[in-house]
Amino acid sequence: MIKFKKSIAFKLALVFSMSVLLIFFVIFGLYYRFTRRMIEKSTAENAKNLTFGTVMRIEGILRSVQQVPENMAGTLERGPVGKEHLLALLKSAVEKNPELYGCGVCFAPYAYDKKSLYFAPYYHRNKGALSFSWLGSENYRYFVFDWFQIPKELGKPQWSEPYFDKGGGNILMATYSVPFYRKINGRQTFAGVIYADMSLQWLREMVSAIKILDTGYAFLVSRNGNFVTHPDERLIMNETIFGVAEELGNKKLREIGRDMISGKRAFVHTPQLDFGKPGFMYYTPVTSAGWSLAVLFPRDELLADIAHLNRLVLLLGAAGMLLLFGVVVSEARSITGPLTGIADATAEIASGNLDFKMPETRSQDEVGMLSRAFSSMQQSLKSHIARLTETTAAKERIESELNIAREIQLSILPKIFPPFPGMPELDLFAVLKSAREVGGDLYDFFATDDDHFCLIIGDVSGKGVPASLFMAVTKTLFKATAVKDTPPEVVLEKVNNELSQGNEKAMFVTAFLAILNTKTGVMEFSNGGHNLPVVMRKDGSVQYLRKTGGMVVGAMEGMKFERGALTLASGDRFFLYTDGVTEAMDEKKVLFSDERLLRELRLLGSLPVKEVLNRLLAMLVEYSRGDQSDDITMMLLEYRGAKQV
Amino acid sequence: MRVLSILLGCVCVGFFPAQAAAATKKLSFIPLWSPQAQFAGYYVALEKGFYRGQGLEVEILNGGPERPADVWLEKGKADIGTLWLSEAIKKRAQGVRLVNVAQILQRSALMLVAKKSSGIRTIADLNGKTVALWESFQLQPLALFRKYNLRVNVIPQAHSINLFLRGGADAASAMLYNEYHTIINAGLNPEELTTFFFYDYGLNFPEDGLYMLEKNYSKDPAAAAAFVKATFEGWRYAFKHKNETIEIVLRRMREARIPANRMHQKWMLEKMQDLVFPEDPATRAGELQRADYERVASELAKAGGWKSVDFGSFYRDCAVK
Repeated sequence: MIKFKKSIAFKLALVFSMSVLLIFFVIFGLYYRFTRRMIEKSTAENAKNLTFGTVMRIEGILRSVQQVPENMAGTLERGPVGKEHLLALLKSAVEKNPELYGCGVCFAPYAYDKKSLYFAPYYHRNKGALSFSWLGSENYRYFVFDWFQIPKELGKPQWSEPYFDKGGGNILMATYSVPFYRKINGRQTFAGVIYADMSLQWLREMVSAIKILDTGYAFLVSRNGNFVTHPDERLIMNETIFGVAEELGNKKLREIGRDMISGKRAFVHTPQLDFGKPGFMYYTPVTSAGWSLAVLFPRDELLADIAHLNRLVLLLGAAGMLLLFGVVVSEARSITGPLTGIADATAEIASGNLDFKMPETRSQDEVGMLSRAFSSMQQSLKSHIARLTETTAAKERIESELNIAREIQLSILPKIFPPFPGMPELDLFAVLKSAREVGGDLYDFFATDDDHFCLIIGDVSGKGVPASLFMAVTKTLFKATAVKDTPPEVVLEKVNNELSQGNEKAMFVTAFLAILNTKTGVMEFSNGGHNLPVVMRKDGSVQYLRKTGGMVVGAMEGMKFERGALTLASGDRFFLYTDGVTEAMDEKKVLFSDERLLRELRLLGSLPVKEVLNRLLAMLVEYSRGDQSDDITMMLLEYRGAKQV
Repeated sequence: MRVLSILLGCVCVGFFPAQAAAATKKLSFIPLWSPQAQFAGYYVALEKGFYRGQGLEVEILNGGPERPADVWLEKGKADIGTLWLSEAIKKRAQGVRLVNVAQILQRSALMLVAKKSSGIRTIADLNGKTVALWESFQLQPLALFRKYNLRVNVIPQAHSINLFLRGGADAASAMLYNEYHTIINAGLNPEELTTFFFYDYGLNFPEDGLYMLEKNYSKDPAAAAAFVKATFEGWRYAFKHKNETIEIVLRRMREARIPANRMHQKWMLEKMQDLVFPEDPATRAGELQRADYERVASELAKAGGWKSVDFGSFYRDCAVK
């Protein structure tokens, strides 16, 4: 059984789920970015509208206050104004303008008249009534006060920094001062400042009325970055936006503050502006006073809806993912289920149970096809194996018969060595190794009389049973023909004629026949197209026998063969073999060769007869790496000299 | 040094056995301005019981514009108070017999601040410019202008730096530990400013010092020494425990109903450290250097013909190591 994690169903489900998840996240990410940008855009728009109205109202009130001292400065610049008239002007200005907290004129030293260092009448509201006072004394040298000095030095009207007025009940105030000038000796000369005090209570109410979402708010900073209004009372006129930036270690906030007080407007992301949580901020200048109004949108609240939607979408996505995973697994299993059945059945069949029933499938898809293909394969396999079993049985029968034939064949060759214990003149050993079950090589040796010993070696053309039968016939014929006093060439001629008659298969045999006179060592021989034997003299010289005339035996009737002769001395050897020896091939199809045979014989010459042949045979088996292509037959005779009488 | 102070203590005890043996001696102290970190050492010394440890029961009055320290000292409303060295020399010249018992600040923190945007980068650039100066503290700047032969349009400067911020003056006076930070906190970046420290221009007029009327001092020099000792204990503790110190200062400020800004006080405390404890190890904490005294005295003589007494009669060494 396959583990679930390795199954196709799991892999499919995983790949599908991952791909869909990827697509889902890409789409979701894009959608989120887009929505967020849309919300930010609309927030920026919203912020602009929200602040636009407020700034317009603030500017309206500031301008209405500004007008009072500005008009009065005009009056003062037109010419000297009497004391009573001036006081009346101031009084009515405060009375008629409810926005004003107070209004006054401060003349520069000795500018009102030559006697007065200070000349500064001032009207202001006090518990619903108007109070009047003269300002200026050794302890109240107004010339160095900001509201006097700044417009003087800058030569233009100025709003002061907001401040807490200690005399007026500790309320937040701001003063608008207008410098006025007189022509003295034809030169415009600074004469003093006319100013209006205004409570900023309304400003705090107006700004704090701006509520955004749950915790969003608006605040206003002065030209110096001081908080004029802020939900956190402790900050008001006590902290600047730069101080807060320093405390938070927020460099970006400092930059924002600098932009604010320099009169810029922008919509910015603020990582920490709500002095705690990230948000968006829009700021815009209140131009006439140099202030800046800012509104803050806490990010989490602004994006609350989309965050909610996100959670929903993610939840749905996760649920969908699980569903998809389940569906893919179940669908994949409906496909791979039968496959598992087929796999199990195939394994069963492979183990030999050919009658195992393939699982039924009615489906027409690829799995159905596969199942039916397996079924038909099983059927063919079954019939094939049945046929194979029959054939094998037949082959085994033949093989056993061939083995019997081989045994019979080998049994007709002499196999006892040394063959004639009663003949000390000779030592002899022979081997025959068939290439197939039944070979076509033959050898024989026998004494024709007391002094003569006959050796025969031959090689039937062709292989297998026919060659074997032909060999048996040939051997029998030789034995019957090589009788006492028959010269070797006559034996060959007779055998040739016998074999030629009725030889319709045109089989033939190469044969070499030698007859040794054991008394003299003279050996007469005749060659019927066979490999030339080797003469190994006792002194160690080794050479092929010289060639004598003669064709193969059994091919054509009436052929003539030549006789040859040589004399063996005591200790000389005579080596006979078939072409299976010299034509043995190694893997590269290189022949063992006549030269190699001669060389090996020279080296092995002094060993006992049996040992020589066994070693040669081992060498040949080694040379052909067990892949023997032809019968190998070898026979070695050693002549030990005449019998001592 | 410790041996010396023990010896000194013994001498004091020898002279005033009755007072020294008493459990506590009452002293009122007035700093020259309302509570802020400029006076952290005193508040800490009181809070941590260093004064009590010296056998003193100290009351710290709130200084400020309504309670000028010099007047309070002169009228005997306070036993000991802080004044600028230059102001004290002037007072002495006017006949108020004040003696310096310790010079708290070794370095002048007074400086001129200018906007680079006004084209001021070197001292020579001040020539022809409008400079706002505090009326009471014009000695150093005017000496500086003389020294560098600058023609400057001087206008009075009030307590705020708004005139400078709004561009009504090209340069203005400031204290490193106070107004300079206020300027930074109004959105100007340090790199946009050019600063001139009088200390760097050979005009080191060390400011805050501890003063007593000579007759009060002579009544009980040991009490003065004890006060100085405890005060420096307070400063050392303050610089070692800055957060705790800031809390103490802020509480004093809230009690005095003064707007309290933590970052500003933190800045002030940081800067005070360099001024109170000089880098020069040869200088004892609280010691008035004869050279400093003579420098200020001679500039005062040059500027307004102020006559000063000799160093020995001006200074009573209660300095501690």
